[in-house]
Amino acid sequence: MSIETIEAEEIDVEEVLGSAIERREDPELVTGEGVYTDDVQDPELAHMAVLRSQYGHAEIDGIDTSEAEAMDGVIGVYTAEDIDEAGTPGDLPVGWLLPDLKTPSHPILAGDRARYQGDGVAVVVAEERYLAHDALDRIDVDYERLDAVVDPKAAVEADAPQLHDWSEDPTDTDVRDDEDIERVPPNQAFDWEIGDSEATDEAFENAAHTVEVDLENQRLIPNAMEPRATVAEYKPGTGEVEVQMTSQNPHLHRQLMSAVLDVPEHKLHIVAPEVGGGFGSKIHHYPDEALTCWCAMQLERPVKWQATRSETYLTDAHGRDHVTHAELAMDDAGTITGMRVTTYAGMGAYLSTFAPSIPTYLYGTLLSGQYDIPAIHCNVIGSFTNGAPVDAYRGAGRPEALYVVERLVTLGAREMGMDPAAFRRQNFIPEDDFPHETPVAVVYDSGDYEPALDAALEMVEYEELRERQAELREEDRYLGIGFSSYIEACGLAPSELAGQLGAQAGLWESGLVRVHPSGTVTAFCGTSGHGQGHETTYAQIVSDELGVPYEDIEIVEGDTDEIPQGMGTYGSRSAAVGGSALATSSQKVVDKARTIAAHLLETGEEDLEFENGEFNVAGAPERSMTIQEVAQQAYLAHNIPEGVEPGLEETSFYDPENFTFPFGTHVAVVEVDPESGEIEFHQYAAVDDVGNQINPKIVEGQIHGGIAQGIGQALYEGAVYDDNGTLLTGSMQDYAVPKAEHVPNMETDATVTPAPHNPLGVKGVGEAGTIASPQAVVNAVTDALQPFDIDHIDMPLTEEKVWRAVNGSEEGS
Amino acid sequence: MEHDITLTVNDTEHEIAVEPRTLLVHTLRDALGYTGANVGCESSLCGACTVTMDGDAVKSCTVLAVQADGTEIETVEGLAEDGDFHPIQEGFRKEHGLQCGYCTPGMMMTARELLEDNPDPDEAEIREAIEGNLCRCTGYQNIVNAVEFAADRMETDAANRDIAADGGTDRTTDTVEDE
Repeated sequence: MSIETIEAEEIDVEEVLGSAIERREDPELVTGEGVYTDDVQDPELAHMAVLRSQYGHAEIDGIDTSEAEAMDGVIGVYTAEDIDEAGTPGDLPVGWLLPDLKTPSHPILAGDRARYQGDGVAVVVAEERYLAHDALDRIDVDYERLDAVVDPKAAVEADAPQLHDWSEDPTDTDVRDDEDIERVPPNQAFDWEIGDSEATDEAFENAAHTVEVDLENQRLIPNAMEPRATVAEYKPGTGEVEVQMTSQNPHLHRQLMSAVLDVPEHKLHIVAPEVGGGFGSKIHHYPDEALTCWCAMQLERPVKWQATRSETYLTDAHGRDHVTHAELAMDDAGTITGMRVTTYAGMGAYLSTFAPSIPTYLYGTLLSGQYDIPAIHCNVIGSFTNGAPVDAYRGAGRPEALYVVERLVTLGAREMGMDPAAFRRQNFIPEDDFPHETPVAVVYDSGDYEPALDAALEMVEYEELRERQAELREEDRYLGIGFSSYIEACGLAPSELAGQLGAQAGLWESGLVRVHPSGTVTAFCGTSGHGQGHETTYAQIVSDELGVPYEDIEIVEGDTDEIPQGMGTYGSRSAAVGGSALATSSQKVVDKARTIAAHLLETGEEDLEFENGEFNVAGAPERSMTIQEVAQQAYLAHNIPEGVEPGLEETSFYDPENFTFPFGTHVAVVEVDPESGEIEFHQYAAVDDVGNQINPKIVEGQIHGGIAQGIGQALYEGAVYDDNGTLLTGSMQDYAVPKAEHVPNMETDATVTPAPHNPLGVKGVGEAGTIASPQAVVNAVTDALQPFDIDHIDMPLTEEKVWRAVNGSEEGS
Repeated sequence: MEHDITLTVNDTEHEIAVEPRTLLVHTLRDALGYTGANVGCESSLCGACTVTMDGDAVKSCTVLAVQADGTEIETVEGLAEDGDFHPIQEGFRKEHGLQCGYCTPGMMMTARELLEDNPDPDEAEIREAIEGNLCRCTGYQNIVNAVEFAADRMETDAANRDIAADGGTDRTTDTVEDE
């Protein structure tokens, strides 16, 4: 059942938190008034286009730009040589380091070698959009093609074509003596492990039952509806660079781009206007945004770059790309005793901004799932391949982990001849065992898994459903029920821990709450929403804390000049970290207002009660002041206590104590036609515990969208490169972003276990659906196909793959 | 060589010179300032650029501006009337039918065409009608609800108009009788 929205004017401050208020973002967006980057117009604008390598791997022996330069209307054509000559560093940094991580140079334009199809080779700036693209065709690049490798596992075999040169001499690309190969395979970026290897091996030696599976978590392409874009303008008088760009984290982009372009941080002003979705793809620092700024600086003209959809396919950081072998050990009663996982994770051609953290700390640490597992060991080999760099994509490491866990657990139940729900229940971490430390280095601060499972079972009427499944099988119809009891870790934190694990950034968030003299409020947060409805939910938080009416509060995000500092929006962190920063600042505002109010009401601070925006003297309710009245006095400053500064605004840098751990159970019910391989949804039920909900309608929307994206992975999506590193799925024609008819109706419900360590008790919801849904669907399909003895089919479960699996097993039996 | 064309956009007539290859969407956005229609794929697959041309929903990234010469174009900017949201806009807001908003203008123009052809579509018909418009944020469910909301609202509005019209007739009749 759908949650009904409430109009903002109908809301009192007492009930503002937790109400499904209509989004204040929407009026601009449903009328076309919202300004996305490409909507920015300026009569002086020049347009940039990027020439990209059409080969997956090739030496660049020369680039002739003369014909392009001679075209009317072409203002400039630049290659890596020009970047070098200008003395620009031009090398993209890596934001997360691991022990012994290989960090190859990642130039903003490829100089002597292109390492993936889409690697930028030259840029054109022209008076007009179409003309810039015309000029690309007139650039003559002399390529010498090289062998390519695209499979993450094959890439670390000794005879694989080597992408990067690890010798001391950068011109010597062939240093590969045998000793080197033995020590570090040619394309190995890192070899990382977590957990106790010996204890895990012992668990397997003593196991009564084991199951194992080889699975792939296929490469995905994010496909935010708005392709990346940048508008940059250089002000020679002041040395400032004004940038509007598709960013999930303008401050982070400022920090990184400052180093890449050698422009002081305080001279870079980055604004994220309306941003049309991100899903991770707009976190990272790509070459193109820096190139747009660089061209604007060279030409002293505003320059716009707008990616085409083809460019987003080739160059947006892709997601996943794991090849995994996983095993589960159980005792004779079906209790899990150990888990062992080996994963090859494709990094693509270069290390994208946070790439090293995704298949390691965001993956290995989640392998305990909702289960009490005494011993886990996980080894991840990261490898360079001739594909687009891989980095955070909605879920980022956690969907890969939960896919492994929930596939293994489903196979474990099957091995034991147990019902998959009962098997899960038996192995859940018990409710009284929190905080719970897992063998993979995280401490779940809270959780209560059975109620979510029970609610999901009830939603699908589980017992009747199993009966129906049995009846239908008599008619040769194959119904399948798939479970996903998932956990995720959101709001990466605290900064100190992240630093110990290799992060090159803190993971706090800043929030500034400014009460104006008239009593209205502007609040600034360093997160940067791009569809999540922060302007609505943050105003709900501040309204609740200050007791100021919701409509008197304005929220500002996405502007490095207006907001103190910020880390941005990703990893389901905005509510838990950004929202907590705003709540903390609001509480500081109330504290200061209390001091002033006590002074004016001639009472002690301890005698003042604060409720719904009003300070009352305890026992004398007629002596009161509203927070708006206090604000006026704070700015008049004619009569404020000694030692108190005028004004009423506060800033916090909120650094969480721990991750938050949302969880839930999703159940997919599908029917599979073994004759055609078609899969039809009968039901999709989702029970999610994201802690306290600020706005249940927005939570519902995030869950829906996340589930749809996970279903996309389960059934339709997959990036495919051929052996030459050519992307075969380079358009929406070849890569199936789900359409309305591909996504079932989703029934949602919630349990609420508040996060214990942040002031709002919220956990984060942006990625929950995507982390939960792929394995629910795959488990449902393999459940349906149990009569055919099919344990596993790799995603996406296309009709052809399902048909082949069924017919293969029929031939074999 | 440029061609002079006439485009009537949201009831305003524009005369403009365009290159033969210029896409309608770029003419609307870059030359005429109607930036509501968004470019998502330049290949008619995503539908973010959907506008109506003489009443039919078209992907304006695969229509040349010269092909649109003499037509009536409606974009998202023309949906609201006198500051009042169109029921489709209201539906998208009420039902949380949008998140990032990038697909929304195109999605709403497609919904408008659907509701003109079929004022009372069921869920399957809505899903089929919007299959040429991709949304990566919502999972479509609340978009379907938004279109259903709009259909109901438009039906109610029409009924109210009929009642108002009947009432007006009655009063006139009454007035006549009184005389």
